[in-house]
Amino acid sequence: MSDAALELRELRGPSALGGGRRRALDLLYLIALTEFRRTYLGTALGYLWSLGRPLLLFGVLLTVFTQAFDLGDRVVQYPVLLLFNIVLFSFFQEATTQAVSSIVSQESVVRKTQFPRLVIPLAVVLTAVFNLGLNLVVVFVFLLAAGVDPMWSWLGLPLLLAALLVLTTAVATLVAALYPRFRDTGIIWGVMVTALFYATPVLYPIDIISGTLRDLIGLNPLAPIFELARKWVVDPDAPGPVAVANGGVSLVVPVAIYVGVCVLAVWVFRREAPRIAEEL
Amino acid sequence: MAAPVVIEARGVEKTFRIPHQRLDTLKERAAHPFARNRYRELHALRGISFDVHQGEFFGIVGRNGSGKSTLLKIMSSIYRADGGRIRIAGQLAPFIELGVGFNPELTSRENVVLNGVMMGLGRREAARRLDAVLDFAELREYSDLKLKNYSSGMMVRLAFSVMVEADADIMLVDEVLAVGDAAFAQKCMDVFHAKREAGRTIVLVTHDMATVQGLCDRAMLIHDGELRHLGDPEETALRYYRLNFGGPEHANGGGGVPDVNVRVADAWLENAHGERVENVEQGEAIGLGVVFEARHDLERPVFGFHFVNEDGVPVFGFNRTLPEGQDERVAAGQRVRIAGTIENPLLPGRYFVSCLISRNRTQGDLAMHVVRLLDFVVYGTRPGPGSVSVDVDVEAVLEP
Repeated sequence: MSDAALELRELRGPSALGGGRRRALDLLYLIALTEFRRTYLGTALGYLWSLGRPLLLFGVLLTVFTQAFDLGDRVVQYPVLLLFNIVLFSFFQEATTQAVSSIVSQESVVRKTQFPRLVIPLAVVLTAVFNLGLNLVVVFVFLLAAGVDPMWSWLGLPLLLAALLVLTTAVATLVAALYPRFRDTGIIWGVMVTALFYATPVLYPIDIISGTLRDLIGLNPLAPIFELARKWVVDPDAPGPVAVANGGVSLVVPVAIYVGVCVLAVWVFRREAPRIAEEL
Repeated sequence: MAAPVVIEARGVEKTFRIPHQRLDTLKERAAHPFARNRYRELHALRGISFDVHQGEFFGIVGRNGSGKSTLLKIMSSIYRADGGRIRIAGQLAPFIELGVGFNPELTSRENVVLNGVMMGLGRREAARRLDAVLDFAELREYSDLKLKNYSSGMMVRLAFSVMVEADADIMLVDEVLAVGDAAFAQKCMDVFHAKREAGRTIVLVTHDMATVQGLCDRAMLIHDGELRHLGDPEETALRYYRLNFGGPEHANGGGGVPDVNVRVADAWLENAHGERVENVEQGEAIGLGVVFEARHDLERPVFGFHFVNEDGVPVFGFNRTLPEGQDERVAAGQRVRIAGTIENPLLPGRYFVSCLISRNRTQGDLAMHVVRLLDFVVYGTRPGPGSVSVDVDVEAVLEP
């Protein structure tokens, strides 16, 4: 052992990233990867199963909204747009709802090892990212098959995904940190995520909505991301979030909520992390 | 002590707030808005200070609920101390339980790497040691089997090998030895010996005084969240027994000065030719010899011996006192030899001799208790039910 290693360091107790950043990253990667492999190698049809759920949802919704309503005729490339939106929203939904109980279900690890707490919800998000990556490949196959020409603006997609990822991560860590103390976080979030599904332009493009509902949707930080995704990836003639918000002033609200959620998540998680082991 | 300090604890305090009624949901919280402050405070640790030096085998003992495991969890960064501070040097790996973090759905290969990283190894390093871990556990051919298909014995072996290979500078171990059979316990001991030889610092929380006396360099007794004694393992073990058996803590009113202490200077088994032996043949008389050295004056001592089988069940035992006239006092530094032969009714198997010295002719007034003074095997070809064979003069006949 070198002399440097013998220097006494103060123990600061458990924390979000306790035990060093390098170790936290290694753990994050390993857990997400093994979890991902487990879901895909565990069953014979593997990946197809995980794709099956969004595809089935897509099939049902497509039938309803093209047959019962005439969205198929009013919206450019509606089927592909719908699939794309469902894939994006499924990512958000999957990551956040699975993160809720993630810390509690890892109870033995939290209570019996020196485990960086933040890694647990982050690993859930990362697993969902792997899923999203695979699903996006399918989306792009559909896009090309549907006759959408490749556009330069597709290159902007990583930016949008990053924005979605940050928000998803913030919400995931927030609900994960609250759950050990308030066990009904799971139920509340389950309802909220369903409400968000309808309050986000997933099924419909924002420009066919008007009135109070549109104002309400205008508050949703997910909405501008979906609007921009539509404009950049599927239909360059669609109104972007700036046009939807009438020049962009009212965009301040969802952006503020976005930032607020992130700040809140960091604050809550830092506050809860040291004592999570005692709450379980 | 010359070795540098690797764990320095100063005034460590921990209080748990136990709610009288747990309010887990928002609804409950809304229904009882003023219930917030109804907590019972539990002082798990009240200002504990100690140093652990590099390469030391340090024991922490105490009864259930004394706070020793809480202390270990604070040192492991699982709980946060409410007061005081702990500083450590080097890499530290806690072993609160064997196999924590094992995922039954993953193969042992994946689990071993994941666990290695959890214990502070780099990802590459963990992968590099994979083979060593699997070899030590003798599970190489099962490495692609999911853990849920392992027997519990295999699982324990795997978990233990991970621990052995983690190789941190400081190992914090909590009662890991309590699991498994005698052979496994022996393997644990061997590993700890090897780790200590290699200069690792080991902190062990345990109930087993034989381990403390056999392995630890120093030991600390915690009671009600307070440090009661720190020092010589035998003295610590003795005080632990006094706490448990309700004996007077300071029999001579010595103000915390150790009043009685006995050391085992020598202990052996011998055969009929007077040669020292490790094991005994079935039916051969057992020659037993023990030399005790009194460290402090020992008044009216009683020396008790128990022969215990592998399952910890006493098979037989006996007491000896010194001959009349000599038994009033054994002065400090004086030695007592207890030797002779014992009829051997033991069936083949593994046995331990444990030894218990009490003072003043009183059972509870313990001066020393060695749980495994000697450890031997009786070998032979005539096994039978139970632990002993006795002369039997019984016949079976047909009734006319």
